[in-house]
Amino acid sequence: MTIHVPAPLRSFTDQKAVLDLPARTVGEALAELVARHPELRRHLYGEDGRLRSFVNLYLNDQDIRYLEKEATAVEEGDTLSIVPAVAGGLEE
Amino acid sequence: MAVPAARLPPGPPLTNDEILRYSRHLLMPEVAMEGQQRLKAARVLCVGAGGLGSPVMLYLAAAGVGTLGLVDFDVVDYTNLQRQVIHATPDVGRRKLESAAEKLKALNPYVALRPFEDRLTSDNALEIVRQFDVVVDGTDNFATRYLVNDACVLTGRPNVYGSIFRFDGQASVFAAREGPCYRCLYPEPPPPGLVPSCAEGGVLGILPGLVGLIQATEAVKLILGRGEPLVGRLLLVDALGMRFRELQVPRNPECPMCGASPTITALQDYEAFCGVRGEEAPAGVEVPEVQVEELKRRLDAGEDVVILDVREAHEYQICNLGGLLIPLGELPRRVHELDTSREMVVHCRTGPRSAKAVAFLRQAGFRKVRNLTGGISAWAERVDRSMPRY
Repeated sequence: MTIHVPAPLRSFTDQKAVLDLPARTVGEALAELVARHPELRRHLYGEDGRLRSFVNLYLNDQDIRYLEKEATAVEEGDTLSIVPAVAGGLEE
Repeated sequence: MAVPAARLPPGPPLTNDEILRYSRHLLMPEVAMEGQQRLKAARVLCVGAGGLGSPVMLYLAAAGVGTLGLVDFDVVDYTNLQRQVIHATPDVGRRKLESAAEKLKALNPYVALRPFEDRLTSDNALEIVRQFDVVVDGTDNFATRYLVNDACVLTGRPNVYGSIFRFDGQASVFAAREGPCYRCLYPEPPPPGLVPSCAEGGVLGILPGLVGLIQATEAVKLILGRGEPLVGRLLLVDALGMRFRELQVPRNPECPMCGASPTITALQDYEAFCGVRGEEAPAGVEVPEVQVEELKRRLDAGEDVVILDVREAHEYQICNLGGLLIPLGELPRRVHELDTSREMVVHCRTGPRSAKAVAFLRQAGFRKVRNLTGGISAWAERVDRSMPRY
């Protein structure tokens, strides 16, 4: 399956915007993603190990919160998009 | 899909001058006389007269929106001109509202301008938002975004949303009848410091034009009651790939703001909600500071001070202090390159990234590490005036 990494998180994926990786569920895809890019972990998961509420995940065009969350099954050809809250903002 | 129109009264008749001005609208059956009168009757509030606000205001004024409200308290900065096209070079240093009003008046004298030279706050937001039919969110921070959203939900005004980062943009319409609100999409903001801001990432100057015009288009459609609004859909704009993707944003029945049993029924303290205070560094870790003059004196005296630059490589190319470059994002895996026994001064452009780096290093056991107050910008301003600022 394909994972889309948004611009604000690409500094943790060596600037890769799109990654292809094998997975049977959304949870497996994320586990593989943070295994390859460990610095992403704290941006996706809180200290309690749960997905952060301001990082939305969409399987194709559906929010996984309304599917089966991380247990949602994925198929070859699916696209998982990470869509973090972005405010704009030009102050450092 | 039926359009949740912005509850507009039938508009006033147009003068002959206006009929000529708007003739290309009047020739379109989707606008025509009735639509143009709706536009004339419409009152749109644009929050922020910056990157997104510039194209929104210019095009809504040109299109004949009768009343344009503008909220901004800022002054035009030289670095704004790369994208905030309503302001021009001679406007640097002027109030943005004054600069914008001048351009809008010249563009279309038939538009009534309602400037609010204030920060939008929990105290004034409801009163201001109530005076308008549609709100366009062109703000640049989470606190104001949640404030705009909540004020729109509480007053029943649609919130035309847009945001940008580097080459990426987002747009949607929140708080429309039947539609989700911003809190349905993001129930809470990220803690400060976890999401890089545009100053760290930059933004393509054209991108706010692209996203702002999507917002202006949505505002006009809401007023006309035409087409399919971006309600319940989040449009993702990838300017680099020039791809537009659409995600579904259902209304969250448990949303604290617009759900079945809302728990938020009044405006809040948004600065506290978004953790704006104490933004400079992680709580609980002391970040000792050093001023640029002191650093200069110690370097001139030949003291052993390691300068660590945590900006990005492309920033280092613009100007540098000859320090060791380790971008903040790479610091955790490159920390072994640093010597805990030597004295170290960390800097970035203006200070916040290096404050995070200092906090991180102190937690990692570095004791002789300090943050350069004001960053390389302060150095360029107070020590070496020949150095470029950016």
